Amino acid sequence: MQIVACIKQVPDTTQVQIDPVTNTLVREGIPFIVNPYDTHALEESLRLRDKFGFNVTAISMGPPNAEATLRKALALGVDRAVLLTDRVFGGADTLATSNVLTEAIRKLGETDEVGIIFCGKQTIDGDTAQVGPGIATRLGCTQLTLVDKILELDPIKKRIKVSRKLEGRHEIVEAPLPVMITVVRELNRPRYPTVPGRLESMEREVEFWNNQTLKLDEQSIGLKGSPTWVSKIFSPQRDKGEMIGDGVHDPVGTANLLIDKLLSKDLLSI
Amino acid sequence: MNPIFTALFIIATVIFATLAWKRFSLIRLGKEENRFDNIPARIVEMLLFAFGQKKVLARPFGINHSILFWAFLVLLLANGEFLLNGIFPAISLRLLITPISGPLVFLFDIVSMLALISILVAFARRIFFKPDYLDSKYVKGRSFEGFLILSFIATLMIAYFGYHAAEIALRGERLAAWMPVSTLAAGLYGGGCGSSGGCNNCGVVPWLIFWWWTHAAVLLAFMVFLPISKHMHILTAIPNCFFGSLEKVNTQPREEFAIGNSYGVEKVTDFSWKDLLDSFSCTECGRCQDSCPANATHKPLNPRQIIHTIKTNLMANAAELQSGSPVKTPLVGAEGEGTNTEEAIWSCTTCGACIEACPVLIEQMPKIIKMRRHLVQMKSQFPEELLNLFENMEQRSNPWGIAPTERTKWSSIMDVKSFDEKETEYLFYIGCAGTFDSRQKHVTVSLATILNAAKISWGVLGKDEKCCGDSARRLGNEFLFDKLAKENVELFKARGVKKIITQCPHCFSTLKNDYRQYGLEIEVIHHAELLQRLLAEGKIKPNREVKELGSIIYHDSCYLGRHNDIYEQPRDVITKVTGEEPKEFGKNRENAFCCGAGGGRMWMEEHEGERINVTRVKEALESSPDTICVACPYCMTMFEDGVKDVNSGNVRIRDIAEVVAEGLRPV
Ligand code: SF4
Ligand code: SF4
Repeated sequence: MQIVACIKQVPDTTQVQIDPVTNTLVREGIPFIVNPYDTHALEESLRLRDKFGFNVTAISMGPPNAEATLRKALALGVDRAVLLTDRVFGGADTLATSNVLTEAIRKLGETDEVGIIFCGKQTIDGDTAQVGPGIATRLGCTQLTLVDKILELDPIKKRIKVSRKLEGRHEIVEAPLPVMITVVRELNRPRYPTVPGRLESMEREVEFWNNQTLKLDEQSIGLKGSPTWVSKIFSPQRDKGEMIGDGVHDPVGTANLLIDKLLSKDLLSI
Repeated sequence: MNPIFTALFIIATVIFATLAWKRFSLIRLGKEENRFDNIPARIVEMLLFAFGQKKVLARPFGINHSILFWAFLVLLLANGEFLLNGIFPAISLRLLITPISGPLVFLFDIVSMLALISILVAFARRIFFKPDYLDSKYVKGRSFEGFLILSFIATLMIAYFGYHAAEIALRGERLAAWMPVSTLAAGLYGGGCGSSGGCNNCGVVPWLIFWWWTHAAVLLAFMVFLPISKHMHILTAIPNCFFGSLEKVNTQPREEFAIGNSYGVEKVTDFSWKDLLDSFSCTECGRCQDSCPANATHKPLNPRQIIHTIKTNLMANAAELQSGSPVKTPLVGAEGEGTNTEEAIWSCTTCGACIEACPVLIEQMPKIIKMRRHLVQMKSQFPEELLNLFENMEQRSNPWGIAPTERTKWSSIMDVKSFDEKETEYLFYIGCAGTFDSRQKHVTVSLATILNAAKISWGVLGKDEKCCGDSARRLGNEFLFDKLAKENVELFKARGVKKIITQCPHCFSTLKNDYRQYGLEIEVIHHAELLQRLLAEGKIKPNREVKELGSIIYHDSCYLGRHNDIYEQPRDVITKVTGEEPKEFGKNRENAFCCGAGGGRMWMEEHEGERINVTRVKEALESSPDTICVACPYCMTMFEDGVKDVNSGNVRIRDIAEVVAEGLRPV
């Protein structure tokens, strides 16, 4: 059985700034990282592999430089890494992206049955949380979102039991395989690559698949296959802060002022 | 020839040689390490530390050991003669003319007496006023072994006097006049009969035989016992001082990263031969244990134990290691005499107090880092807090993971130039703490103001500045350190940096000492040195004597003091600016007690024992200072936190730069 971890290279958003004039992301010189939620997806795949001996394949759709992200996955120990890259994939929204990923997963399944697909619950650049469910829908498999614990997995009977972390409650769900799971950070603590793992990853192969491999209708992928697009990115205006009191000379008085202020705005009640 | 003695001597020699050879061949299993460079300097080191007992004498009680050691050297000659004479009774020192043999036996006589006194003192110390640090988990001050060794030496001395006194009593000693102590002892036999005919009417002859054989037996027994006891150090400590590090142990060696390599130490023979020799040289004196801040605050680390474990592990796994089969006793794992725990390994602050304390130049801390290297790089096994640290350092080049674009934020309140090879002389390397830590930013601004006042031409790298990698290296993440070091060295070279000012002793030591391994040999100066120089040269002139900070106590940062010998400069700065010498901690300068943040401990929780910073703050409070002065951002954090923990809110913490800046403020 095979586990597929879908990962994405994202700009390190803590370092991204928005150009105040053009209202676009200033991406220049910003380093890329593996989408943090996806690192938990990878980790869980590897843990199940360590326990059950499955094969783990990491896939990612992105520009050729997203190879670095897949190398990180190789360094952590995945068995296979596939980068879905083609100009015609570019400009994709979540629908078009899930079309490409779905087809790639189908193709992977031709040689080794795919039992579980792990995705991060969302990416930190798009924040849509739609690609994972999109894949499940297109594959026609069960989807379990926001999973924070795998409770049981029976590869023979092909059943899985997980805990989903919902607002204010947990839900225990059992489902048949194959299954698409999106994960939250509480699921696990990602491992750190060993040095031999890192060095070997530099020598291992990242497979590049383009649309000649996937043979998707160009109307369903890339910009053409995307019914939605981003029209504007901006930071909401924030009111200027206010200085109250004189913390240096009158710390007690200032603290009192602050508390009064917070109380008057009802910011301290639970 | 005396056949019985000769036979015993041969047996003892064979046993001794076998045991010693076993240990020697185990040491040879260690990894390569070049300690044969600069032989003249090594000889000097050996003369100073082994023969001169320099570090032994650093503690008051050390004099007792030194007397014993020097006595041992003199008596080696006496015992050599004894053995030779035992085998070939015709050969004796007394064959030499009196002007030579006389002074020699005089020396032996006196020295034996001194040794006997020292042994009695040592006995008394162990019995009546044994310091706690003589005990470690597996080796006790009042152990059978300890007393046995003392008894051996005492008996040797007593037997020496016993048979020489008997010979004097029997009028058989030509050199009696040269042997005051033995002559005095001879009185105990009632003076003998005066006949030299061997009649034994006086009953002294059996005593002569008894003491001679006692001496012989103890000497041979000692020889056999030596290699299996901690007393082995009398054989290994001298070469260990010869092979000791010629430089301060303030860096770690580089590792070569290539597929197929293994990193750090997993099994004991991954250590170098010198590390293994260290383990056989330990005298179990407990000084490192007594100096270690982790040990003092009841962490599971004792540097002495680290060394003891290496020896025990090596002996326990000897057969497997020699045949190349898997070892029985792991080096790192569940607590045991031959096993270090991971908790112990992670408790080290790399303060270097252990190395400073060790009389026989054992290097404890680097061994801890070698074990960390394996855990981090081969097993990815480390305290969970470090995962973020490593990723932050790797992805954003600072421990906090703050965006590099924010590196210029601190300078929004003043005009700061970019470093430019043509226009600026010094690079002011702010360091991550000086850049991002809200308290330390004040120090950065103070220092920048001083540099301006002194008309120094300086610039910064701004958002291009990267973390120096100190914490990564001390935590054993050499791979990450290697990456940061290469990036930094390349950056400095590309920007044409020739002189660097740092405000953090960790950046300072890393740039200055560690980066030398990467070909960076430029002037790196810590602000303690720079401020002292500027004040001495009159380039900065305080407007007045700073009095508002009250009485100041100065805390030595490990990476400034012990690791780089900068002790007086910061003190001079304080004295110059305040008009008063700073107060001193009980443990100061080379004996200073760490703040608890070095070695990457800054980024880890302190789960066990008392907090190191609180312990140091309490020590400061003993001299009731108004201000604790530091010269390191980590010390700053640890003291700021520490004074809050003990609720001594009215004690201030200041960096020396802030003290100087205070003096420059217009009145
Ligand atoms: S370096 Fe400091 S903390 Fe580490 S073992 Fe030595 S004395 Fe203890
Ligand atoms: S390592 Fe050095 S200081 Fe520590 S107990 Fe051994 S000899 Fe003494």
